[in-house]
Amino acid sequence: MYTQALDSLGKDCLPAGSTQGSALEARFQARVDADEKIEPKDWMPDAYRQTLIRQISQHAHSEIVGMLPEGNWITRAPTLRRKAVLIAKVQDEGGHGMYLYSAAETLGISRQQMIEQLLAGTAKYSSIFNYPTLTWADVGAVGWLVDGAAIMNQIPICRCSYGPYARAMVRICREESFHQRQGFEIMLALARGSAEQRQMAQDALNRWWWPSIMMFGPSDTQSKHTAQSMRWKIKRFTNDELRQKFIDITAPQAEFLGLKIPDPQLHRDEGSEHYRFGTIDWSEFQAVLQGNGPCNRERLEARRHAHAEGGWVREAAAAHAEKQRARAAQAA
Amino acid sequence: MTQDWPLFEVFIRSRSGLEHKHVGSVHASDARMAIEHARDVYTRRQEGVSLWVVRSSDIMASDPAEADALFEPARDKVYRHPTFYAIPDEVKNL
Repeated sequence: MYTQALDSLGKDCLPAGSTQGSALEARFQARVDADEKIEPKDWMPDAYRQTLIRQISQHAHSEIVGMLPEGNWITRAPTLRRKAVLIAKVQDEGGHGMYLYSAAETLGISRQQMIEQLLAGTAKYSSIFNYPTLTWADVGAVGWLVDGAAIMNQIPICRCSYGPYARAMVRICREESFHQRQGFEIMLALARGSAEQRQMAQDALNRWWWPSIMMFGPSDTQSKHTAQSMRWKIKRFTNDELRQKFIDITAPQAEFLGLKIPDPQLHRDEGSEHYRFGTIDWSEFQAVLQGNGPCNRERLEARRHAHAEGGWVREAAAAHAEKQRARAAQAA
Repeated sequence: MTQDWPLFEVFIRSRSGLEHKHVGSVHASDARMAIEHARDVYTRRQEGVSLWVVRSSDIMASDPAEADALFEPARDKVYRHPTFYAIPDEVKNL
């Protein structure tokens, strides 16, 4: 990903005059329509670039903040096996954040700018990570439901029109399926355990179900960006389509666990073979997005703290590299 | 906040006998740290047996606008491919 090469492609890569601009735009759209990939140095409409920067950086932030709720349980995992698995999973999330930041950087935004936006609270990240992980069962529910919803969202992005984003997503999806399976395995162990353990699993499902299905974003009738994103092939399915798919595959899994999804209206519609579900409380979603979820402040505080604590390491490494460079120059 | 560390492009040889292939990038203060970061970020599942890191600023890339001028001339030179030549079926080992 040739990020820095982009520095030379400023606004001057957009020819003056709107007729030329729209000819370029038409050619761009034709390439997208033909399923060609767009690469960093190719011409692209500014709005396409900005949309991707926003989406990929939010995606990266979500991975990084997503390390916090699960990281919370590493020291208290019930067995060594569970602990090793959880460490590997949290480390993967960090890796996914890195892949995505590096994909976003190919569009001309710096890593530093993105981190600053996150720490300043001006960038968004997935609303789901503002909920607390109260018991060990939450680690199972997060893997099963949150990673499950994320996979459902992410698989179509593997075919996204922007090459670096698509390639990052292929790598991420390949790693993500273990995340979901380990979560389900935790739920299964609890569901087959004592009455108390079953209750823990049910309680986690009760708390994570609605936030998980909100992860697909506002309903199609409310979503402002869907149509344009689909025209650009950044998005391949609408929010409601993906949500329906997720519920259709997850409901039978809950049944297998012997757990009850906390939606009295949930039922299988024999005619369409889809599950029908109750009304989503979008006011909760909006409140969490606006910073009023249970853990918004805590999450950002944890990121700011980590960043500040790492400051001396970054400075020391930069000073060391500079000293080495100066010594090499002197020796030459 | 201080400046970002320099950006390095990462290439992985997935197993011996194969070429190194570009996989992404990492920031690092120097090449040694770039190797360590690349190892952590891109090889958590034995994706490779060897890593290259190259400063992104040292990569010179061709301009997409020149793609036709660079690559189009090869398009009509089909005689560079063996299938261009008609040889009777009876002739073997050719």
